[in-house]
Amino acid sequence: MNNSLIIGQYVPGNSLVHRLDPRTKITIIFFFVFIVFFANNIASYSLLTVFALTCMFTSKVPIRFIIKGLTPVWFLIIFTFILHLFVTREGTVILEFWIFEFYSGGLIQGIAIALRFFLLILVTSLLTLTTTPIEITDAIEDMLHPLKRFKFPVHELALMMSISLRFIPTLMQETDKISRAQASRGVDFKTGPIKERIKAVVPLLVPLFVSAFKRAEELAMAMEARGYQGGEGRSKLRELKIEKRDIFIFILFAIVVAALLLIRSYS
Amino acid sequence: MSKKLVEFRNVSFRYDEDGPWVLKNCSFEIYENEWVAIIGHNGSGKSTIAKLLNGLLFPQEGEIVIGGQQVNEESIWSIRKEVGMVFQNPDNQFVGATVQDDVAFGMENRGVQRDEMQKRITETLSAVRMQDYRLTEPHRLSGGQKQRVAIASVLAISPKVLILDEATAMLDPSGRKEIMDTVGEIQESSGLSLITITHDLQEVVQADRVIVMNNGNKWREASPREIFLEKDALRTIGLDVPFVAILAEELKHAGVSLKSTPLNQEELLEDLWILHSRT
Ligand SMILES: Nc1ncnc2c1ncn2[C@@H]1O[C@H](COP(=O)(O)OP(=O)(O)OP(=O)(O)O)[C@@H](O)[C@H]1O
Ligand SMILES: [Mg+2]
Repeated sequence: MNNSLIIGQYVPGNSLVHRLDPRTKITIIFFFVFIVFFANNIASYSLLTVFALTCMFTSKVPIRFIIKGLTPVWFLIIFTFILHLFVTREGTVILEFWIFEFYSGGLIQGIAIALRFFLLILVTSLLTLTTTPIEITDAIEDMLHPLKRFKFPVHELALMMSISLRFIPTLMQETDKISRAQASRGVDFKTGPIKERIKAVVPLLVPLFVSAFKRAEELAMAMEARGYQGGEGRSKLRELKIEKRDIFIFILFAIVVAALLLIRSYS
Repeated sequence: MSKKLVEFRNVSFRYDEDGPWVLKNCSFEIYENEWVAIIGHNGSGKSTIAKLLNGLLFPQEGEIVIGGQQVNEESIWSIRKEVGMVFQNPDNQFVGATVQDDVAFGMENRGVQRDEMQKRITETLSAVRMQDYRLTEPHRLSGGQKQRVAIASVLAISPKVLILDEATAMLDPSGRKEIMDTVGEIQESSGLSLITITHDLQEVVQADRVIVMNNGNKWREASPREIFLEKDALRTIGLDVPFVAILAEELKHAGVSLKSTPLNQEELLEDLWILHSRT
């Protein structure tokens, strides 16, 4: 069960994408999300698709993990496609069927929107597939650092994130244990009307909360005993470093963005 | 006698203004490179002593001095550098996402440089024989392994006093023995003072000195051998006596004239051999 517990779906590896600084990845994805909405013709869509697929293949993450990551959104992608197909009334009629008429504009719009979705999901899931949660936390702490001046609790936020990440598996194991213990006392989570099942969750949640609070209290004490006194004057074991490869990727991405804007303005 | 490191002077403590006194006029001393075991029934105030030593709590009366420094609001940060503490539950004191992050936590708090941290991590992890688990996440470790990491994390800041508050209580007997052996080795080689709070008799026997707590009072302070001579008195305050000590007593009752008071199997065996060779 432990394997399914890892938050996100990090797939260990040593590819270029894995080794990039998490800040590089986050920044590029952030801008990618924007420029996807700038694409407006076949050439620009192809450019972005090629970029995303190149990233995907470079990462060497097995396709099945990527498909698994897309599973929850397949429905959304197909739904928007069909919606556009039925609703849009532009271009020429390409098919008539019973009371429906399908327009060429609808088809194109449907494909474009579905492709947009697909690219967004693909690129963002590449981030979680190739970056450990702790790296993401480090990157967020570092990137939010300027907000410190406005009294934004950056360090505390990052610490909270990393402690939550550390305790998720522990709490999952505990949930499992409590649900077994309650099941052995005859609590039934799996069958019966939904109302009964919701009621059955109560004896699961109460002990879980009680223990989580106890853990929190003990952890706070242990942290204090080990000299924790906030973010001031703290050093860090893990360090983030921009390497040559990060700069290379930034330049490459800048070229893609420039090319996209160019192609777009020519259409 | 070696140097005095920890001193409790007439310490009294209670959690609430109008609550009962949890510690009453407690005084004791702990010396450099000494191993002291604190025993006592549940609620006798042992954990409270540990928390007072680390500045997690402050006494209402009396004073606590560690390495010449009085424990108070101003001195806690330097006190916590001198006093390392390992708690009972291995899960609830593991802060880092991986073993090395956890060992680094205490050092990060003190602003130790990265190179130095790497060095200390390697050293302390090999001292507790966990060097192969540097990048492992906590949920992939056993309870005993987590406690080892907790010990390494505390050792990383090179404290002068190491307190184990029932740190082995959640482990099985073999895990317990392994940890105590490791800790014993570290104590001997590094000149650390060790305070173990425990219900485990074997740990008590290993100590140089035992402090017995009863209802917030210091009941006795003596060597393990002397303490376990008072079998009946120990039982009346709800404590146990090691099996070998009981066996030796029964043997004496049965007319087997052992000449010493053995505390472990080897000593008993030795005595029996001596007896055997004499008859
Ligand atoms: N946070 C607290 N608030 C109020 N009272 C407390 C608190 N912690 C402990 N006590 C009380 O102080 C007394 C001593 O507690 P302490 O934890 O020191 O005992 P102990 O000797 O460590 O016991 P055990 O062997 O069970 O660990 C107990 O009567 C307990 O009820
Ligand atoms: Mg206790």
